[in-house]
Amino acid sequence: MDPVRSSVKHTPSELKVATKRTKKALTKDHLMAIGFLTPSLILIAVFVYGFIGWTGYVSLSNWNSLVPDFSFAGLQNYIYLFKDFRFQADLRNTLFFTILFILTVIVIGIVLAILLDQKIRQESLFRNIFFFPMALSFVVTGVVWQWLLNPSTGVNLFLSKIGLDSKWYTDTTIIPGVSWGKIEFGIPVAIIAIVIAAVWQMTGFSVAMYLAGLRGIPEEVREAARIDGASEFQVYWKVILPLLRPITISVVIIMAHISLKIFDLIYAMTGSGANYVTDVPGVYMYETTFRGNYYANGAAIAIIMLLSVAIFIVPYLISSRKGES
Amino acid sequence: MKVRKLKFMSLLLVLAMVLAACNSDSSSGDEKKDKDAKLDIFSWWTGAGEEDGLNALIDLFKEKHPDVKVENAAVAGGAGTNAKAVLASRMQGDDPPATFQVHGGAELNEGWVAAGKMEPLNDLYDEEGWNDKFPQDLIDMVSKDGNIYSVPVNIHRGNVLWYNTKVFEENGIEVPTTFDEWFAAADKLKEAGVTPLALGDKEPWTATQLFESTLLGVLGPDDYNKLFTGELSFKDDKVKEAAETFKKMLSYINEDHSSRNWQDASQMVANGEAAMNVMGDWAKGYFVNDLNLKVKEDFGWTETPETEGEFMVITDTFGLPKGVSNPDDVKKFLSVLGSVEGQDVFNPLKGSIPARTDSDVSKYDAYGQETIEDFKQASLVPSLAHGSAAPEGFLTKVNQAVNIFVTQQDVEQFTDSLDQASGELK
Repeated sequence: MDPVRSSVKHTPSELKVATKRTKKALTKDHLMAIGFLTPSLILIAVFVYGFIGWTGYVSLSNWNSLVPDFSFAGLQNYIYLFKDFRFQADLRNTLFFTILFILTVIVIGIVLAILLDQKIRQESLFRNIFFFPMALSFVVTGVVWQWLLNPSTGVNLFLSKIGLDSKWYTDTTIIPGVSWGKIEFGIPVAIIAIVIAAVWQMTGFSVAMYLAGLRGIPEEVREAARIDGASEFQVYWKVILPLLRPITISVVIIMAHISLKIFDLIYAMTGSGANYVTDVPGVYMYETTFRGNYYANGAAIAIIMLLSVAIFIVPYLISSRKGES
Repeated sequence: MKVRKLKFMSLLLVLAMVLAACNSDSSSGDEKKDKDAKLDIFSWWTGAGEEDGLNALIDLFKEKHPDVKVENAAVAGGAGTNAKAVLASRMQGDDPPATFQVHGGAELNEGWVAAGKMEPLNDLYDEEGWNDKFPQDLIDMVSKDGNIYSVPVNIHRGNVLWYNTKVFEENGIEVPTTFDEWFAAADKLKEAGVTPLALGDKEPWTATQLFESTLLGVLGPDDYNKLFTGELSFKDDKVKEAAETFKKMLSYINEDHSSRNWQDASQMVANGEAAMNVMGDWAKGYFVNDLNLKVKEDFGWTETPETEGEFMVITDTFGLPKGVSNPDDVKKFLSVLGSVEGQDVFNPLKGSIPARTDSDVSKYDAYGQETIEDFKQASLVPSLAHGSAAPEGFLTKVNQAVNIFVTQQDVEQFTDSLDQASGELK
């Protein structure tokens, strides 16, 4: 333990000695810290930020064939993308996937966490059941749900037996389908299947977060609310939920960065879909870069994806820094 | 004491990393000249029949050249989607495999040859006397500016219409050869409650393949080829007519096409859910090996409408990249690959036909024998969907346009985007 903090009373001279000693110790610590951090700092600088910079550079070049061509193209690749039907569709799909996915994960997460918090028997068993899908890879989830939701197998066979529509999985309808740019704007029906699979996988995480949050709220707060005459519903709605706000922010940040970057689930499950109703920037980037050899276009998509995640992450990082100091 | 030890260790760690970073470049040069250099054969043949074929080929090579170390460097993934990405990074990093699988045609010529990454093989062709053993059309597909750059090992045919014989019999349908006959048959089947045409375009190239065979049927081989040399515009009325025909065909497909792949579509034909399917002749391997169907008894085939005497070629070839350390060994492998023996060991297992015209016909099944005959006589045209007719960049855009067209069915917009994409064709 730090000797300075643990002692309470000092004479002035003692204090001086102590601070001097701390300073000396800190320099040693500093050196140590620098020694240990340098390798990882160098690695991160090169392999994360260096390569982000490189990707940005490539995205401004003419490298759209097998042979690298680093001549400056300006924003040409970005302009091409924003005029492109497929990329416009990708932006729409990502937007609605993100909204639907985050909302569902939060709502189901809160409900399940509250239910688990009712001091039920076998709580840890249920917790594990809800948390288990998190242990799977998105690719596995994608393949499993593909078979479950495919029109010719699984759930839909059952649905069509009882006379319900089984075409939603491959439906190309956009609701409401307002014309916007080259595409119809709205919620693609087919994306719901992917939302279901993603929610199935990630809800366990938000349940765990909310459960931890609920456990962190002291019983006195609820008691106080009850004494003031709040009904059980009001206790949750007016007291508990507002107190869970920081948890919600964390869940939104974490889920948003997953959904904005999503690739493997969709690639394994539906692919781009007819008329690109389930396509996302990640899939487009992979195909255009590694099949079409449009390296500069692919780099531009990567940068746009990075910026879209940054919109969520950067304010969060700034506010959490403020919170620390 | 402890602190010093830790400092020392961290210093070591930094040093090790710096060293590791410096080392990466210098290792490639000398090491490769080592006589232990391996002959790594890069392909995407990891599926059932094709892997057996490749292994048989490698065994044959080992028998003939026991001193050369061979490594099967196959990368899994249908139609080479993953393999091509791996290959691109190896080639760009100047670490080419000894030899690699590449489709003859634009994928080779406009890709690696144009990038200056391939060695010409004219000497090898002269030595082996191959110039009159492969059809001239085929040699042209692996040549650029008078130089030959790769050795074809097999031929697949793209314009094949597969049908379920029982479904055809039950509904009294003659095998269609023209578009009119095809549509008449399709109407009859639709009335009888059978899906006339199975399509599985979860991966859009299958729809592109249906479109290219329609295009070939409407345009004929000469005009079809002109599309890719820029002599005929994609906005030509004939292309529009082909797009209209393609659109009409799409009204006969299964509704869940976008959730199926080509195997699923073939399966629909196999179990009688659907009557017909357009797919390359690797589908035969799937019918026979995976679904245990009998050639001609359970399923039949014909050319896609109005493409009789035309042969949509998909050929896997192997070449010699620049900068490999053991070019002589590679040439030894290529000469086995191009020999009658090599082709007859590989192709019956893979389910394709040999690229040479003088192979042993008795080693192939009824489909193979018939196709070998067709191959000798038909005019050969390169497949668009499989990267032979045009560079990958163009193909990617065509696949996108086709995927959009299958849903939107807007002919004007479709031919417009094909025309825009054709800017990629030099």
